Amino acid sequence: MLIETKSLAKFYGLNPVLRGIDLQIPAGQAVGLLGSNGAGKTTLLRLLSTLTAPTAGSVTIAGYDLTSQAHAIRPLLGVVSHKPLLYDTFNAVENLKFYADLYNVTNYADRIGDLLEQVGLTAYAAQPIRTYSRGMQQRLAVARALLHAPQILLLDEPFTGLDQQAAQLLEEILLDAKQHGITILLSTHQLERAQRLIDRVVLLKKGKVDRDVSITDLDSLTAYFNAAVSA
Amino acid sequence: MNLRALFALVRKDLLHEYRSREIVIAMLVFAFLVMVIFNFALELNKTIRETVAVGVLWVTFVFAATLGLNRVFAAESDQTSLDGLLLAPIDRTIIFAAKFISTLIFVVLVQLIIVPLFSMFYSINLFDPLFLLTLFLGTVGYVIVGTLIAALALKSRSREILLPILLLPVSIPLMLAVVKAGKNILEGAEWALVRPGFSFVVAFDVIFIAVAIMTFDYLLED
Repeated sequence: MLIETKSLAKFYGLNPVLRGIDLQIPAGQAVGLLGSNGAGKTTLLRLLSTLTAPTAGSVTIAGYDLTSQAHAIRPLLGVVSHKPLLYDTFNAVENLKFYADLYNVTNYADRIGDLLEQVGLTAYAAQPIRTYSRGMQQRLAVARALLHAPQILLLDEPFTGLDQQAAQLLEEILLDAKQHGITILLSTHQLERAQRLIDRVVLLKKGKVDRDVSITDLDSLTAYFNAAVSA
Repeated sequence: MNLRALFALVRKDLLHEYRSREIVIAMLVFAFLVMVIFNFALELNKTIRETVAVGVLWVTFVFAATLGLNRVFAAESDQTSLDGLLLAPIDRTIIFAAKFISTLIFVVLVQLIIVPLFSMFYSINLFDPLFLLTLFLGTVGYVIVGTLIAALALKSRSREILLPILLLPVSIPLMLAVVKAGKNILEGAEWALVRPGFSFVVAFDVIFIAVAIMTFDYLLED
């Protein structure tokens, strides 16, 4: 298994956010994390991305323990969060060059050129990103996450705030990443948007795994999810 | 030490500052105002001026540097890009080193302008190499502690208040030593009189560099 969590729990103070998550994700699989607000999706993604430590339980990624070997895990991860994690006074190339230096990417000029073309931002590469729309910033954030050729892509609500066209373009980029063997874990409220992309759906409820099903069970899952959210 | 990452982080801070002009201009204006206010408020005669000049100079730099230190991590936090640094496969000590270097550059830039002006306003020659070295080492110590405490205060909603409240008491021994050493140097005292203060400043810098290396990883924990 590429990602494995055992009895994973996270408390903020006395408030339990995750209450024992057991999850196994093989390499190359695309998993959708579903759940209503407060279900623990973002916390689970922050844990897997090494940004916060678990209160209890364990996580191994590519055989490395998350708590003691986070330094070995970080190069394997590409993360797209709610925030683009970019500098608004820099243009796209400067932002990507900065991250290329942090990830020690060689031949970065070619890599940056290829990625900007892939996300459709070549024509805007010299503009400061404060002039970008939300969709353009999100595409650049995906390029940033893919820059160092990660094995795993963690995405937190990547389609939120995007119009139909931008969401479709982002979906194409993620499909391409999947075809290149990248393991994807994304949280979303838009199951219909993600259904072309994901193989499996994990439904979180109050910090626990409520359902873990194949995408082929989508109809029953959608009905269950809608009922769970409205409950 | 990953020098490529360190250089990239420092370059990023300098370039961001060059384009946004958030920190250095504010520090410079603030330092200038403090210097002018002290100059006119105290209406000092020449003898008293020479006695208090080093102390006033340090008050000026402490206030201005604190203003800059308040922004050193806040700029990352405001742009929500701190997570991007924490996700990168680099030692967190490199993030500290980069923040320390870029803040030190900002403060030294302010000093390069303020010291000649101060010399002129207070009619006192500050261009003694040993005095300037002491000034630099004192600045290094203040910025090291300041960068550490700025990281500590980062997650607090009242970080602008928390930083000076925590930083100034910790820096009192450094200030006492650096002012005493500086005053003795300008008065042309023997090295034996200068040495205790000077040695304390060097020891302060070394100790807090070690403390920063040992603790910085934990300061940025969620």
